[in-house]
Amino acid sequence: MSSKSMSLSIASPFDGMLALVFAAAFLGALVVGGRAVDGPMAVHAAIFALAFLTAAIFLGQRAVMANGAIATPETGYSDEVIKAGVISSVFWGIAGFLVGLMIALEMCFPDLSHGLPWINFGRLRPVHTSAVIFAFGGNVLISTSFYVVQRTCRTRLAGLIAPWFVFWGYQLFIVVAATGYVLGVTEAREYAEPEWYADIWLTVVWVVYLLVFLATLAKRKEPHIYVANWFYLAFIATVAVLHLVNNASLPVTIFGSKSYSAFAGVQDALTQWWYGHNAVGFFLTAGFLGIMYYFVPKRAERPVYSYRLSIVHFWALIFLYIWAGPHHLLYTALPEWAQTLGMTFSIMLWMPSWGGMINGLMTLSGAWDKLRTDPVLRMMVVAIAFYGMSTFEGPLMSIKTVNALSHYTEWGIGHVHSGSLGWVGYISMGALYCMVPWLWKRPRLYSLQLVNVHFWISTIGIVLYITSMWVGGILQGLMWRAYDNLGFLQYSFIETVEAMHPFYLIRALGGSLFLIGALIMAYNLWRTARGDERVETIATAPLKPAIA
Amino acid sequence: MFNNEFFEKNSIFLLIGTLIVISIGGIVEIAPLFFLESTIEKVEGMRPYTPLELVGRNIYIREGCYNCHSQMIRPLRDEVERYGHYSLAAESMYDHPFQWGSKRTGPDLARVGGKYSDEWHRDHMRDPRSVVPGSIMPAYPFLAQTEVEPTMIADHLRANRAVGVPYTDDMIQNAVADLMAQSNPDADTAGLLKRYPKAIVRDFDGNPKRITELDAVIAYMQMLGTLVDFSQYNAEEFQR
Repeated sequence: MSSKSMSLSIASPFDGMLALVFAAAFLGALVVGGRAVDGPMAVHAAIFALAFLTAAIFLGQRAVMANGAIATPETGYSDEVIKAGVISSVFWGIAGFLVGLMIALEMCFPDLSHGLPWINFGRLRPVHTSAVIFAFGGNVLISTSFYVVQRTCRTRLAGLIAPWFVFWGYQLFIVVAATGYVLGVTEAREYAEPEWYADIWLTVVWVVYLLVFLATLAKRKEPHIYVANWFYLAFIATVAVLHLVNNASLPVTIFGSKSYSAFAGVQDALTQWWYGHNAVGFFLTAGFLGIMYYFVPKRAERPVYSYRLSIVHFWALIFLYIWAGPHHLLYTALPEWAQTLGMTFSIMLWMPSWGGMINGLMTLSGAWDKLRTDPVLRMMVVAIAFYGMSTFEGPLMSIKTVNALSHYTEWGIGHVHSGSLGWVGYISMGALYCMVPWLWKRPRLYSLQLVNVHFWISTIGIVLYITSMWVGGILQGLMWRAYDNLGFLQYSFIETVEAMHPFYLIRALGGSLFLIGALIMAYNLWRTARGDERVETIATAPLKPAIA
Repeated sequence: MFNNEFFEKNSIFLLIGTLIVISIGGIVEIAPLFFLESTIEKVEGMRPYTPLELVGRNIYIREGCYNCHSQMIRPLRDEVERYGHYSLAAESMYDHPFQWGSKRTGPDLARVGGKYSDEWHRDHMRDPRSVVPGSIMPAYPFLAQTEVEPTMIADHLRANRAVGVPYTDDMIQNAVADLMAQSNPDADTAGLLKRYPKAIVRDFDGNPKRITELDAVIAYMQMLGTLVDFSQYNAEEFQR
């Protein structure tokens, strides 16, 4: 036995096969890199080659390792990949907030980019949006979905290598996308800027993600699929459809980074905003509703308020959301009928959105007192409140006459950030605060008082951010359309730019507060994972009613 | 009565049900745009971009100009007075991708062509605040220092043709020559102007020795919104 295990026999043919696939991919990347027609393509081929080589070596080692060495027990839940996802969520979150602050400051002090191409606003803005949406939000979604699907199906995650492939493959996509933007590689489609080869890679990763999720559902030990998983599944499947259609493009050559969209002009615009709005609907809403449906009941120790409401709002939400894209194109050259459809469905969308909000908030029935003692739950409840607020504001802004004022202005930026900082940010951070003690097997967080500090600093930051952008945006829209007594436009464009300066400053302040809050969270989570517990007195007992 | 248990107990049917439900809106809204003839107005004057304009447009995309500048004038009184005739769908029919934008940190550029001199654009790109003191646009001094590499341009035209832009064989064969000629006032530009009517031939960046990215960007800026002949356009014909 001992002599046999020392010899190089193929212990795992499957790993060996995968290692060969990655080795072939490595050679392919080398060929593309060697013949690259532009600098960014050479850089990206090198990044891909390095990643593929690492994967091939790792899998190759596993394949030839002695039999006994890889016989890891397959009991319990696979949580290591989720831990990795939690760490990268925090890392990318802070990176994304930092870049956001940088570009906010560039709008206050434009010479901050010093005439350098790599850090000008136009290249950094997609770094910010992709980092917060896809790197931070995406890692939160992948790790929470892996967490939730195992617990609610009472089964281990499907696959040994596959979940890790999803994790590392997704990080590779993020690195390629972000370095690409800085180097000027972009398809110029908002929230879908990565070029064709990054898109293909993401498709591969995403299909494996869908398969891991589905296979885990398939081997569940519960007869019913829990509601959180409906939302996760809808998010994964719909994002795949959106990604494939919207990124249809033709590369000039496979050795170059540039491609041309398969669609042009008006068709391209609607395809893009069908994607763009549903990136909001399915990535930033459905996925995070999945988080809400697991972590809020769990933390509040109360059942979901209404099963019937969750069914109705699930199907209504996914049906209606997909129509809402044209509200990004009101009064444009998009045909009138499509604009009207988009506006109508956007207004109807208010109902299922609030169905989700009500179901989340009312889950606290009988546990409202916990808001006083548990800042993590408070953060998630405020997230749901922000969700309700921004899903009311969205339909409002989709009304054509309102949109005529709000479109192209900072109001849009304010709207997006009330949803992203308030809803997505807070529900994610709430889930991270829940998961870290659970995953690292700690009795509690390092410090609830620090969560409280984080909550208040961030909330003040969000309020400064969104109110400055609302007021600034409405002012901007009104100035653009203002006429003087003689019937001339009252303001030149540059006057409207100058009027924004104070609002940009307040916004940057709000953003930095949000960033500081996230840094406090990172510290708290790190100490929690290490097993530290801060000695602090927490008002755990409810206030005693006054006795007359 | 709708029974959710069927979906709740079968992951594959939950997936299929979801895919059907999310497909309906996209199919009803987007697909007709490719078939309804009324989607794009019939106008006089639209042509594909010249090679130099296309290079300029790709730099516009590369630098993310669309993050702050729209190219879509809405049919609202103040916009038409500020920027010119509202944008038509036909004006972006050769744009892969479209660049309508979603934000106006800076002004709309759909009809910026001819509004400012080349010299203004040169100064503006080098140091925006030298010509517009309150501007918050970043400076792009590197454009004037970076030469355009013309070798791949025919491939770019071919890729555009493959996705539907009517570049002819003649245009593709002469792509490199046309690229060089457009920023050289001394070149023989008869062929270029025949292939691309209304093309502007000038030394855009003020440096006749080199074709720089600044040449390309200014060539693109100066043609934006200038192609359609609005004297031939009757809005009443296109009620959509």
